Amino acid sequence: MVSVLKRAIAIAFILIIGYWIASALSHVPFGADKMLVGNYYLQHVENQTGAINAVTAIVVNYRGFDTLGEVTVLFIASTGVAALLWERKRKRTARTEGTIVLTTGTRLLFPFILLFGSYIFIHGHLTPGGGFPGGATIATGFLLMYLAFTTYRIPHRGFEVSEGLAGMGYVIVGLIGLAVGGYFLFDWIWQTWKIGTVGNLVSGGFIPVIYTLIAIKVGTELSGIVDNMLREGSS
Amino acid sequence: MISAYYFGSIALIMIGLYTVLVKKNLLKILVGLSIMETGVNLLLISIGYISGRSAPILSEGVGPNQAVDPIPQALVLTAIVIGVATTAMALSVAILLYKKYGTLNIEEIRRLRG
Repeated sequence: MVSVLKRAIAIAFILIIGYWIASALSHVPFGADKMLVGNYYLQHVENQTGAINAVTAIVVNYRGFDTLGEVTVLFIASTGVAALLWERKRKRTARTEGTIVLTTGTRLLFPFILLFGSYIFIHGHLTPGGGFPGGATIATGFLLMYLAFTTYRIPHRGFEVSEGLAGMGYVIVGLIGLAVGGYFLFDWIWQTWKIGTVGNLVSGGFIPVIYTLIAIKVGTELSGIVDNMLREGSS
Repeated sequence: MISAYYFGSIALIMIGLYTVLVKKNLLKILVGLSIMETGVNLLLISIGYISGRSAPILSEGVGPNQAVDPIPQALVLTAIVIGVATTAMALSVAILLYKKYGTLNIEEIRRLRG
């Protein structure tokens, strides 16, 4: 039973906060050109990175170090979920097998979901998307497998190894940049070799390479989180 | 007078905050946190919008002067991933709490210990 007083206090509180945010935003005109750094990125993105998608160019190239930290946060979260839910004997607790519609549909759709996820992350420098949505799409495929088959488990060892190798590959790409160009995560593929033409699949410097690594890492980590949440202790 | 897009995202933030403050069920509080996060993401994206311009993917017909600000979008891309990670962490803590206390009501959990 929630008391009326508590609700009233909460409503007054959120109204104050809402008014405060709104009054701050009243000085920020909607739809006006407020770009400062963004304009520089838009003008130079094709020349400096070889990508035409400015968002992924910023995420991977201009602010690649930030993205390395983001991948680390995701890794810590997946490790934390595994550590919190760890028990010695665990098994799937789902009792009911999926219906024939679900199992047949999953068998049919699973390779195509993986294919679509791969399409998203390989074309990250050309179309909306990139490594994070692509990896999440791949993890969705594994989630579907878990829902359809009660005995299904992801290959744990292989997933952990590929996750670690992908994370290491990101750092190695950055270290090659340090050796070639003088700073960490220097885009050696585009700035030194100029591989590919702008707008084609083979372009964008190391953005497709890093996004492939990120997608492998995100896909395996999110599948691991799903696996950890769907298995419970025997107690 | 603020724009309708700003108003909508502020409303989402306020709905999420109300859920966090008033609800007793831990899962509902987590849903409220997710709603708040969606509101913040929408607010950032709508601040970066420029009238009449297209998505920041430079192709035929979309030059550097016809694209919206790409930086808030890159920021929100990061924020979504971090949001997923924190939600997964919070949900696993909720699973542990339910195993230990047999309830997700935060008042009962608070009464049981300390």
